[in-house]
Amino acid sequence: MAMLDLHPIAVIAGKEFWDRIRNRWVLAVALVFTVFALSIAYFGTAQQGSVGFRSIDLTIASLVSLVIYLIPLIALMLGFDAIVGEKERGSLDLLLTLPVTRVEVILGKYLGLAGALTFSSVAGFGLVGLILSPQLNVAALIHYAGFMGSAILLGMAFLSLAVMVSVLALDRTRASGLAIALWFFFVLIFDLLILGILVVSGGQFGGDAFPYLLLLNPADVFRVLNVFSLDEVRTLYGLATVFPPALSHPALLCAVMAAWIAAPLGVAMWRFKP
Amino acid sequence: MNADTSLSLAALSGGAGAAASPPIAPPIILAGVEKRFGPTGQIRAVDGVHLEVPAGALFGLIGHNGAGKSTLFKMMLGLVTPSAGSITVLGRPVNGPDFRQVRRSIGYLPENVVLYDNLTGLETLRFFADLKGVTHAGCPAALERVGLAHAAGRRVREYSKGMRQRLGFAQALLGDPRLLFLDEPTTGLDPEAIRDFYRIVAELRGDGVTVVLTSHILAEIQERVDCLAILESGRIKAQGTVQQLRDGLDLPVTLALRLAEGHGPLLRAVLAGLPVTLPEDDGTGGGVLSLACPRDAKLAVVAALMGLGDRLLDLQVQEPSLEDVFFGTRG
Repeated sequence: MAMLDLHPIAVIAGKEFWDRIRNRWVLAVALVFTVFALSIAYFGTAQQGSVGFRSIDLTIASLVSLVIYLIPLIALMLGFDAIVGEKERGSLDLLLTLPVTRVEVILGKYLGLAGALTFSSVAGFGLVGLILSPQLNVAALIHYAGFMGSAILLGMAFLSLAVMVSVLALDRTRASGLAIALWFFFVLIFDLLILGILVVSGGQFGGDAFPYLLLLNPADVFRVLNVFSLDEVRTLYGLATVFPPALSHPALLCAVMAAWIAAPLGVAMWRFKP
Repeated sequence: MNADTSLSLAALSGGAGAAASPPIAPPIILAGVEKRFGPTGQIRAVDGVHLEVPAGALFGLIGHNGAGKSTLFKMMLGLVTPSAGSITVLGRPVNGPDFRQVRRSIGYLPENVVLYDNLTGLETLRFFADLKGVTHAGCPAALERVGLAHAAGRRVREYSKGMRQRLGFAQALLGDPRLLFLDEPTTGLDPEAIRDFYRIVAELRGDGVTVVLTSHILAEIQERVDCLAILESGRIKAQGTVQQLRDGLDLPVTLALRLAEGHGPLLRAVLAGLPVTLPEDDGTGGGVLSLACPRDAKLAVVAALMGLGDRLLDLQVQEPSLEDVFFGTRG
């Protein structure tokens, strides 16, 4: 029981991945990413009265604002059904009578779905990167690759939350409700809440802790990861003064993101019991 | 037939084929198994079940909906953890350290099996073969065996209920299991498919596979199982071969007879003093009469009826069916 067998994990992951390829989920999401990213790159500055690609920093900054809404939503919708869906349809029992442990089922499902989401992100944003590449230097390309990498991490963190929801919820309806609630909380409410506390207390409460509080939200970690790699944007947002240098190391932020991937999955494995 | 089954059961328990081998331990042993639900455990779904399924047997588990059949099944498969008691399957405690190995030797067909709509029949079997750790080589043969070779390339979405049930059965057969759990296996099958199904089950039993199945169609099970357990309100009310259950309950035997017209009073006369329950209409008008008598009085009653000579036109002795056993036990 305790031993982890990689073979069934690969089999389940493979099935989940190919299911998403075959039902064109991967294609659809990749197209959405391509269309949005291209629109932002070429028409993002239309409000300022000009059209056409301006700068990679501004493009990434706009993409970050979009992706921070879109990817958590897509990841939660992709994953909330993973376990509870099979439980409700009745196929889970059969799966669990096979020589597969519950931990392996969760890992297989997660890896397969993460693979599908990663594939969509790489294909969608990668295509846009390819289209933009003649206008980019190496540094800009590295920035863009960094954005893609962080977007993948963001997706994996919210997918992990989704799988946790899928284990904890009693039925699909509750799981979808819980998934939407998580999206609202992390994407819309969390920042407002922290800002509210900061303003109400006149900066007395939480002022020093503010940057650390942002680590409690994977969406904010994603934002910080991107914003801090972009000089133009950093000055634009005036964040450089707020953020302690110790926290702006990409490696540290990636480690926090990894924790956001591991922790909900850990809860899911712990709670998924007969 | 029933006298034979108890004999063959003993033979099967002694080992399938190998003459000198020691008796095979029962592949399923349940000791004091309980499952309680609810916040204080006040709902007893399964209540103190002791059960041994002999090796190589075709074992029937019977009970109404809510009797605890499915919960018992799920506990034997490690899907539900018992509140008390122990379950050993193929020599290992369920969900114990080595149970993954045991799972390789188990086939399971859930009630109303649900498979993956977007896969074809063959892909479905390949997926399950991969998870069982067996090669894909057996998949086409398994489809052939359940009569689905023609639909191998079609998506399960397009399958009828009966076809899904067959595919579920094919999945259970992958990897040559030593133990098969079949939950209401013939639900949704037409009579021909039911016959095919039991033909395969008979073949499997011939190979020494132990088969545990549940069914609510008692008449269907009665002719096929070696032994059975009757479950009611989470308790085993009776278990044994069909014959043992009949004998143990001492259910009355029914005698159906046809009498020449106008001999009702004579019938009463020959049966006087015998423990026979006569119907109101005593056959004076001719037609078929049903008499009930205790099992041990059967021969005496038949002998007495012979005294009617050629006025007795026809006589049939009807053993109680499993249905009677079932409801007899319930009552």
